[in-house]
Amino acid sequence: MFWKNIFKKKDTAPTESLEQSTVDEPQAKEEAETSQSLFQRLKMGLSKTRKGFVDRMEQLVSGRKVDEELFEELEELLIQADCGVPTAMELVDRLRERAKGERITEGDEIKRLLRQEITAMLESHAQSLKESTASPYVIMVVGVNGAGKTTTIGKLAYRFKQEGAKVLLAAGDTFRAAAIDQLKAWADRVGVAFISHQEGADPAAVAYDAVNAARARGSDVLILDTAGRLQTKTNLMAELGKVHRVVQRELGRDVDEILLVVDATTGQNALSQGRMFSEAVPITGIVLTKLDGTAKGGIVLALGNELNLPVKLIGVGEKYTDLRDFNAAEFAKALFD
Amino acid sequence: MAFDNLAARLQETMRKLRGKGRLSEKDVDESLREVRLALLEADVNFKVVKDFIKRVKERAVGEEVLSSLTPGQQVIKIVHEELTALMGGTQAKLQLSSKPPTVIMMVGLQGAGKTTTAAKLARLLKSQGHRPLMVAADIYRPAAIKQLMVLGEQIEVPVFSMGQQNPVDIAKAAVNHGITHSNDVIIIDTAGRLHVDDALMEELVQIREAVSPHEILLVVDSMTGQDAVNVAEAFNARLELGGIVLTKLDGDARGGAALSVKAVTGKPIKFAGVSEKMDGLEPFYPDRMASRILGMGDVLSLIEKATAAVDQEKAKQLAHKLKEDEFTLEDFLDQLQQLKKMGPLDQILGMLPGMGAVKQLKNLDVDENHLKRIEAIINSMTVQERRNPQIIGGSRRKRIAQGSGTRVQDVNRLLKQFEQTRMLMKQLTGSEKGRRRSKGMFSLFR
Repeated sequence: MFWKNIFKKKDTAPTESLEQSTVDEPQAKEEAETSQSLFQRLKMGLSKTRKGFVDRMEQLVSGRKVDEELFEELEELLIQADCGVPTAMELVDRLRERAKGERITEGDEIKRLLRQEITAMLESHAQSLKESTASPYVIMVVGVNGAGKTTTIGKLAYRFKQEGAKVLLAAGDTFRAAAIDQLKAWADRVGVAFISHQEGADPAAVAYDAVNAARARGSDVLILDTAGRLQTKTNLMAELGKVHRVVQRELGRDVDEILLVVDATTGQNALSQGRMFSEAVPITGIVLTKLDGTAKGGIVLALGNELNLPVKLIGVGEKYTDLRDFNAAEFAKALFD
Repeated sequence: MAFDNLAARLQETMRKLRGKGRLSEKDVDESLREVRLALLEADVNFKVVKDFIKRVKERAVGEEVLSSLTPGQQVIKIVHEELTALMGGTQAKLQLSSKPPTVIMMVGLQGAGKTTTAAKLARLLKSQGHRPLMVAADIYRPAAIKQLMVLGEQIEVPVFSMGQQNPVDIAKAAVNHGITHSNDVIIIDTAGRLHVDDALMEELVQIREAVSPHEILLVVDSMTGQDAVNVAEAFNARLELGGIVLTKLDGDARGGAALSVKAVTGKPIKFAGVSEKMDGLEPFYPDRMASRILGMGDVLSLIEKATAAVDQEKAKQLAHKLKEDEFTLEDFLDQLQQLKKMGPLDQILGMLPGMGAVKQLKNLDVDENHLKRIEAIINSMTVQERRNPQIIGGSRRKRIAQGSGTRVQDVNRLLKQFEQTRMLMKQLTGSEKGRRRSKGMFSLFR
């Protein structure tokens, strides 16, 4: 099955695959054609982040001597990027140590070090979607309300479809008004199969049917939507656990990917989300959405550093093609270059 | 959360200061470092924190430490007051036009909760006797119009929609429709958009110019981080907001965004979204939010919940029973059920100040199960046994354990605990009796 190429392409530029677009929709085609290299796209998406962060960074470090005040200001800068106090302190502590060990006295040098440290921190948690030959390849998408689950699923479906995979979307959000219609609209737009129950139906029943339907129809990829839920709602988290158990049982193996969708504008609460969703279901990775705003996305650092949760995908725009693999080096580079 | 126990940490920092009459600059600095961390952990914007700390410091230095408070508490008190003041002090009301219809515009980022909030607001207004009309102007997100329609049906409020046409035209037509159908409040649900998306921001400006709304509400997710200031600033600069709605406050987000947004726009926070249900929109209470941001618990909400859940008549009866030493397992069960009515135990305890600091309470789910077990045990007893636990011998214990799916040890523990509780209550209430009696005896000697 040649759609499995999606896993291999990541080592090269993922945009190559987009140029082989086979979707007939003019909009999608146009998007594919005009899409730039991943790096450029990411840089564009991150330009606001970059601008704010780097400008202040330049102001902060250039022509200055390394002193305690500088470190404190760097810490503030990281906190402002939503890195969280513990992670910011850890990074700056490392900088402090290295500056001392390597006898660095110029502020500009510190910038290089910080970039290295951030890249290292991001790299240690960078991962792409799990490779698997199992069929159907099953992805469960979870997260709080309004994080961007359904949109992410739409983009994911497009991506798999581009690779030639037979995709099935399952409307597991039976709670929110018109959530089923929203996913259906995505399925129609992208041109993939869709399965749903009525609003208010048991999401576990939807999951059950979805797995069996995927098998019966010979789908390559099954993506299961779930209702948005705040991580503190014990009952809803238990429901999520049940959905997962049903999928796992029907599948007879582990679910390939359970992705937690996190809005890039989220602050420290993302840590609580990561922690509590992980308790309910074995989260395999994070999708960081809405990175095209001014949000710094620094929460990525905290999620990796404090919870060991790898970021797998990032959403950098509203187009189908704006869902990218997370690449630590490029992310850090786009942030600083 | 690492800083849940701000109060405790401050107390620790200030312990050595006990007995001081006034706060020196150094004392204040030391404690404000903790406050700063707590605010940052709550996602209050960095610059806002800086300004805030400066202001608190000015006020706190030289302040007299009230005799009833420790220096730490005094600092918290000042911080709390300043936070409350910064968030608007008192509740801000919705701006309703004296000449109906009032036009309200909901704006915000994607996923903030505009559509849900629009419906909640419509429901609230309807319950106050208004005749709201909701307008589906989100033509971009798939099924957004359908979502509003479904919600409108649920709350029985009409929804105006013109499909995927230009939102400016939709808004204009909606207002006319509202006037001819004698709707006195028109709520326009606009599409979510990024504050840096020039074209879409311009669209909002055009809608505003076309229908001159009386109130533009920015919907902000309470989980928003440092970026909240940029978002609020951009929306306010373009649209001149009337107020803010803070959503998803039923989660565990501290909601520092509230402070950031208020600080940069100067606009009041008018409502808070507190549940997924349609009645989950409440007025915003600045003082409660201050407690929440500081991780100090929310005693006021707790008291409100308690008064709502506790049956006054039953409480009176209970007091009487305690006095007369007639407290039985039935009453005990009653109390448990009242406690449960107040909501999940961990939520209730979360509202108590300093609870985050108590390590033993970290795994509260266990306690919840414990309560359930106790309930099951009592429910497995006969009425006679509940009223007179002394009769519960070995075989009865075995039967109760089996009936409730517990072990005999569990039954034993419960009976022992109950006996202890009763003794304790006897001592507490009995002391009054005892005093009276001793007085009586004393009088004999007179």
